[in-house]
This record gives sequence, structure tokens and C-alpha cells, in this order.
Amino acid sequence: MKQKMGVKIWRWSIITVVGFYLLVPLYAMLDFSTKPYGFENTGRSLRAWKVIGTQEALFEAVTRSLITALIVMAIILFLVVPTAIWVQLKLPLLRRPFELLCLIPLAIPAIVIVVGIAPLYRWISINLSESPITLAGVYSMLILPYTYRSLSAALDAVDIHTLAEAATTLGAGISRVIFGIIMPTIKTGIINGSFIAIALVLGEFTISNILNFKTFQVVIAQIGRSDGQVAVAVSVASLLFVLVLLLLIPNKKRRGAVLDVDVA
Amino acid sequence: MSSSTYVQLVDLAKYFGKVKALDGLSLDIAQGELVALLGPSGCGKTTALRALAGLQELDRGQLMVDGKDVTFQSASKRGMGMVFQAYSLFPHMTARENVEYGLKLRTHKTSSQKRKERSAELLELVGLSTHANHYPYQLSGGQQQRIALARALAISPKVLLLDEPLSALDAKVRTQLREEIRRIQIELGTTTLFVTHDQEEALSIADRVGVMRNGQLEQIAAPSELYDRPKTSFVAEFVGLTNPIPGKVSGGSIEVLGSVVKTLPGSVTSGAGIALVRPESVDVVASKSGNATVAAASFLGASCRLNITMNDGTKVTAQLPSSDAAGIGAGATVSVSLLDMPVFVKAAG
Repeated sequence: MKQKMGVKIWRWSIITVVGFYLLVPLYAMLDFSTKPYGFENTGRSLRAWKVIGTQEALFEAVTRSLITALIVMAIILFLVVPTAIWVQLKLPLLRRPFELLCLIPLAIPAIVIVVGIAPLYRWISINLSESPITLAGVYSMLILPYTYRSLSAALDAVDIHTLAEAATTLGAGISRVIFGIIMPTIKTGIINGSFIAIALVLGEFTISNILNFKTFQVVIAQIGRSDGQVAVAVSVASLLFVLVLLLLIPNKKRRGAVLDVDVA
Repeated sequence: MSSSTYVQLVDLAKYFGKVKALDGLSLDIAQGELVALLGPSGCGKTTALRALAGLQELDRGQLMVDGKDVTFQSASKRGMGMVFQAYSLFPHMTARENVEYGLKLRTHKTSSQKRKERSAELLELVGLSTHANHYPYQLSGGQQQRIALARALAISPKVLLLDEPLSALDAKVRTQLREEIRRIQIELGTTTLFVTHDQEEALSIADRVGVMRNGQLEQIAAPSELYDRPKTSFVAEFVGLTNPIPGKVSGGSIEVLGSVVKTLPGSVTSGAGIALVRPESVDVVASKSGNATVAAASFLGASCRLNITMNDGTKVTAQLPSSDAAGIGAGATVSVSLLDMPVFVKAAG
């Protein structure tokens, strides 16, 4: 009993420390965004938060970033996930190389990636489109380490080989096996990976700034140069948005418990 | 059971590097028959079943089902119903949806009403009508395998393939389910190939049992024939228990434990040999002037097993009805002889 109490205290101390670590900066940001503006001494005000609504550039940037995120999600769903399943099912020897390939973006600093892809984006800007939405291409590469880990964990947790074979003997072709059987089975892993991807796309700054695309984070930075309070208010809003997204991740527990007694 | 051949496996070969998983396996199955393939791990029984399902490519051989060559047909078009060793229900579908899945994919689409009727019928058949809306994680292992059986049968498969479907279950459920599989198989008349490493399972439900070794079929016969008249020493030793007792062979008989018994075809024909004697072929009678001593006696219910040491040191295991073994305990002096049943004799050494 004593030991249990000790564990409880230890657990709650960790939760408290981590809670402070996460919440203190948020509180500081909220505090700063509602401080009196300029030299006026009018007490707390929501001026910075109200100004957000008048920033047209900001809304355009948010829309563009969200569209980009949606495209990245589509790429994950229709390219990364089927590829990961295919590799696991049919090309087990390629699993390690594929995993390594997916981890590369994590090992290379963003600035180096920019130097590498700048000529490509120059060509894209001239010949295809100048829209920041084209960044979906490079973002799809950047999110690979996180998405792949999440998918790989989900795939390892289920015996997809047997599921695939069962579906095949019942008459399913390979696309039906991937999209109709395996993907719904690893749904949670796919959703987790996709939300992490959205959070990354909305938070990315280095690449879009250097390539001179006006994405959400770049516009926040620009606003920050003229009005720090508004920039901080927008940052808090975006953090809350991502938090809501993450909370939306289904957390359905699949307990192994047997509800019925075997009546065989 | 019709005697016409419905499924033919002709000279199947599959090599994994130097390992011969299948090495010239040929097997005929009649319509409505349940054939069990039995053998130790790595003997190729699962490879044979997977080849018939279309899940395993072959290096050589031909597969015929209902007069049609299906060797190169894809697994999704073969119309085989398969139950796997591992739990294979689709976790995001209820029991009913699992059973209906194969019907939804049929070329001539079954109407939703008919699908419902068919799944209800099959769930009833496996005794799980009340669990139609349960998800796999809400079902026990035995229930999951029964739903998997219903799912495989829903498509009215040409052949039902069972790949050790009971091995993950506990002993009691395993016995109940194997009897249920046999009842359903007879009721529907589905031609079935059943792969197992459990001889009791194979002998109890199959019409014929094929014993495999190193990718080849050693012998295929009705369970009783396989047990009583093995054609090779491997079959004799793999199926059931045997006492290897040395003796002298001549003129189709062997003298062993003081008795002379006939040898089975395929045995050593002359000279020294080792008789593979079934424990129930050993006759034991309590006798003070006997030729052996009981080392240990185990009561098994209807029968009793005795571990006996002959006066010359040979160890023999005997199994006799408990009523006959009354009064024979450890340390008792007994007289041991053989019942007049033919034995298989392998070469000595």
C-alpha cells in the first residue's frame, strides 16, 4: 500500500512538472497578448485578438496552408500508406531500406534540404505555379519520418499477412485488400500520422520562408515584426487549433477482454 | 461420399533454397471427402494446402479442381474457403459483416437480402446467431474460429481448406470444435483438406489421413488402416505409440517377446529386425512365474498403461482395459506375450 502511494506521488509530480513546462509558456503568451497596448494604461484588452479578424493576409495564408495540409494528407493516404502496406506485404526485404529512406528527412537539417530543392522550386515557380500550395511536395517528404513510424507501428500490431490472405481467398483483389481491409484495420495509425502531418505543415517556417512562400508561419512572423502582440495571439490560436485536431484523434480502446463465455 | 476424384494434386514441387517443402506430392480427393494431411513441422503439409489455395506458387506440378486446371489461377478467383491458424477475422467488421464479405465480392453480386439470409443461416450453423453484431475483439478464440469457418463456407467453396484452425485453442474447445467441423462438413458435403500436426485430431475426423514427410506423402489411408497397417516405419512411429522390440524375421513372421506374429507388407523380410509393437497389442497377465516386472502403472480411465521391464532388460509399454489390469501394480511379476496382430518390422541398426 505504501509503495502504491509512493508511485502515485511520483506519477503526479511528473504530471505536474510536465504540465507546468507545457502550460507556463502558453500562459505567458496569453498574458502578453492581452497586455495594455503601447503607452496607454487602459488595463487588459483583447485588442490583439480582435485585430486577427482584420488581417486578410493571415486568412489567405491559413487557407493556403490548410489546402496544402489536405494535399499532404491525400498524398499520405493514397501514396505513403499503400506503399508502406505493399512493402510490408510483398517486399519484406525492402522494409529496412524503406524505413531508412523515410528517416532521411529527420537527419538532414531543413536548411540543407532548402539548398537542395531551391532549383527545383525555381523551375516549378516559372513553369507550373507560384502558389505556396506547391510546397505540398516537399512537405510530403518532410513528414515521412513521423508518418512512417506511426504507420509502421500500426502495421506491426496486426497480422496483416493473414488478413490479406483471408480477403484474397474470399475473392478480393490487391487494391480491395489494401483499401478495404488493411487500411480500415490500421485506421488509428493513419489518422495519427495524418494529424501529426497537419501539425507539421501548419508549423513549418524555415523552408517556406527561404523559398519566399507566404505560408501561415511566414505571415505570423511578418505580423510579429510590426505588432508582436497580434503575432503571439495568432500563435496561441494556431496552437489551440492543432491541440483540438490532436484531441480529435479517435482513442477507442480495443480491449482484449472476452465479453462472452465460449459456448462451443 | 462419391468415389469420383474432385481435387487432384499432381507431382507438386516447391523448393525454398535447398529445403524441399514439396517434393513430388500427388494426392486425389473425392467429392465430399475430408482428407487430413498430418506430419511433423516442416514436412510440407501447409505448403501443399497453400498451393491449393493459390497463396503459394509452385516450382512444378498441376492442380486440378472439378476437372479444371487451376494451377495458374489467382487465389482470388479459385473459390476456395480457407480457415487459418491465426485469427483472421477482419477487426473492423462485425461477425455478420465478416461472413457476408465474400458474398459481396462474388461476380454475380448477391442481393443484400440474400446476403443477410445466407449469413444468418451460416451463423446459425456454427451456433453463433446471437453474436452476429459482435466485433472480433468481443469474441473468444473458439468463437472467432467458428465465425471464420462460417465466412469460408458462405461462398459455397469448391474446397474447404483448414490450416491448423484449432491449434491456438485450448484442449476442451479444440475437441468440441473439431467435432463441430466434422458435423458441418458432413451436413454440407463440402470437400475438405485439413492440415494438422495433431494426430488425434486427424484420426478422429478425417475420412482419410495422409502422412507427410520431407515434402512427400508416406501413406494415405483410412485412420484405422493407417494405425493398424502402416506401410513404413515412419508412419508406424509417427502415428500412435510403438514399442521398438528386436526380434528375428523369417517367412513373413517375427518372433518377439516369445510370441510369433505376422509382419506387415513393407517390413524387413528376413534376419534381425525391430518390431514396432503397439502398446495395446501387448498382452499382460499377472503370474508369479512371469517373464517381466511392472515398473510403473498409470490409470487412464477406461484403460491402464503399464511400463514393464522384461527379465532380459527390454522395456515395453502395454495398454490394456482397466478391468484386465486390476491388481497389477508397480513391482508385480507378470507374464508378457503378444496378441495375434500383424506388426511392422524395420531394419535393425
